[in-house]
Amino acid sequence: MSRSRIARGVAFPAGNPPSIDPRAPRAASLARWLGAALLLLLPASSLFAQAPPPSLDARLAAVEAAAKSAQSAGDNAWMLVSAALVLMMTGPGLALFYGGLVRRKNVLSTMMHSFILMAVVTVLWAVYGYSLSFGEGTAFLGDFRYLFLNGVGAAPNPDYAATIPQQTFMVYQLMFAIITPALISGAYAERMKFSAMLMFTVLWTTFVYFPMAHMVWGKGGLLNAFLGGKIPCFDFAGGTVVHITSGVSALVCALYLGKRKGYLSEPMKPHSLTFSFVGAALLWVGWFGFNAGSALAASPLATSAFVATHFGAAAATLGWILAEWIHNGKPSMLGGISGAVAGLVAITPASGFVKPFPAMLIGFAAGIVCFLMVTAVKGRFGYDDTLDAFGVHGIGGTLGALLTGVFATSLVNDSLKDSSGKTLPLGWVDGNAAQVLNQLGGVAISWVLAIAGSLIILKIVDLTIGVRVRPDEEDEGLDISLHGEEGYNFEA
Amino acid sequence: MKKIEAIIQPHKLEDVKNALTAIGVEGMTISEVRGHGRQKGHKEVYRGMEYQVDLLPKVKLEMVVPDARSADAIQAISTAARTGKIGDGKIFVFDVQEAIRIRNDDRGEGAL
Repeated sequence: MSRSRIARGVAFPAGNPPSIDPRAPRAASLARWLGAALLLLLPASSLFAQAPPPSLDARLAAVEAAAKSAQSAGDNAWMLVSAALVLMMTGPGLALFYGGLVRRKNVLSTMMHSFILMAVVTVLWAVYGYSLSFGEGTAFLGDFRYLFLNGVGAAPNPDYAATIPQQTFMVYQLMFAIITPALISGAYAERMKFSAMLMFTVLWTTFVYFPMAHMVWGKGGLLNAFLGGKIPCFDFAGGTVVHITSGVSALVCALYLGKRKGYLSEPMKPHSLTFSFVGAALLWVGWFGFNAGSALAASPLATSAFVATHFGAAAATLGWILAEWIHNGKPSMLGGISGAVAGLVAITPASGFVKPFPAMLIGFAAGIVCFLMVTAVKGRFGYDDTLDAFGVHGIGGTLGALLTGVFATSLVNDSLKDSSGKTLPLGWVDGNAAQVLNQLGGVAISWVLAIAGSLIILKIVDLTIGVRVRPDEEDEGLDISLHGEEGYNFEA
Repeated sequence: MKKIEAIIQPHKLEDVKNALTAIGVEGMTISEVRGHGRQKGHKEVYRGMEYQVDLLPKVKLEMVVPDARSADAIQAISTAARTGKIGDGKIFVFDVQEAIRIRNDDRGEGAL
């Protein structure tokens, strides 16, 4: 008892002696050493006065229980931090990144697009979102077994993550459901009604995101390579679920809503690239929770995903800047942060399957391809994807999903096994070239679902409450016309 | 009394302020402004969107001085703000009808 007191450095009341906390292995081992030293100092007679030691089996069981509890504690700590990191990507990360890119009269409305989803999607998730995504259900959609989070508590769900409470898994996955619709807001910023945006998002999350999350990550989902999917598609952290669905839906929104008033005739420069920089840097850091957290444990796989994520982002930054430097003659900071985000998007599906150098290759390719998308291709087709949600997330996500089929290797991730327990090859580099076709299947399904879902939902919203603000409201700016406030009050 | 309005390059503000302090000019009002004279603007590119920017950042100084001091003040400003390149700015001089100190209702040059 006194050992414990020394080890934790905390004075406990004498009448309530604590046991050594197995979740603190360092403290416990220190305590053991101190205890051994104390034993040596004791007179021999006191040793013989102790009760007989417990049997070997009992001690073994105790050690096993302690080891399991320690792993669970380590995994849970990492997953809770990861969940917080992913939420940080939406607010403040995405809110600042997008908020800085719009004109000053729309800064608050744009930040609101991200922020309000932290509230709206959370409620949907608690009521039926988690259940529709991760209940077993069919190949396309979950069921209602976890309605109102029924049965989602401290006990792990071994199908998904055997060492952490299911509640941790649930709240971690929620953060992905929040950021995905927030990414779409880059396409409709500066011209969509707030009420329409809410209605669109509630329907979109329900009919596009939840089914897609179930297909890729849910037990029995159509594309889930690890839990019995018919089309085994590798998507470690959401290249299809998050980035393709949001990016492609963004293009549909941009086309449906039409261009902003004055597009190409009035200046529409970003009002604060310093905001955007801070936001992008927060996204980069938060992405470690997004990708490395997708290992669902504080494991070597999490480390591998962490490394791949960072390397991919670095190479993509250089790719975009290089392309821009050659094309425009000047390397810009907006180019650098756009490249970083493009690389993070592209490495997302691959992060838990590829080695560091393929990760850099994927990132570098994404930096250059996404640069060409938002400059050459967007200019040529003339759609007004305000903040390039499609060019970065749609295209970067698609590229990453396909390249995952090329570079995924069982040397990094050996969790795909046949019925006899033998590790199976993953991507083309493992000799499984057909995986690229599976990835293509996953990409095609997410594109089709995003296009069809978004188009139908936009039509419904348009026919009921209308999607776009009035021209005079657009001129005045959405901050004042929709929210009754301004981002910058000089008279204050 | 003369009002002197000088539009200068922002990076020359400190030099101009020092030069005015050195000859004993007390009090001025400064604002950040944008504008252009004959100076050409520059090109900015944001993700492939090009903008020709004509209105460049400048600093505007305003001060009112006694008639006897105006020539010195103008000289100090133009010397300190000059780089010799296009875009150095302009100085405008106005006659001032009256000056009033709000605190105690002083009038004329005594209020400066």
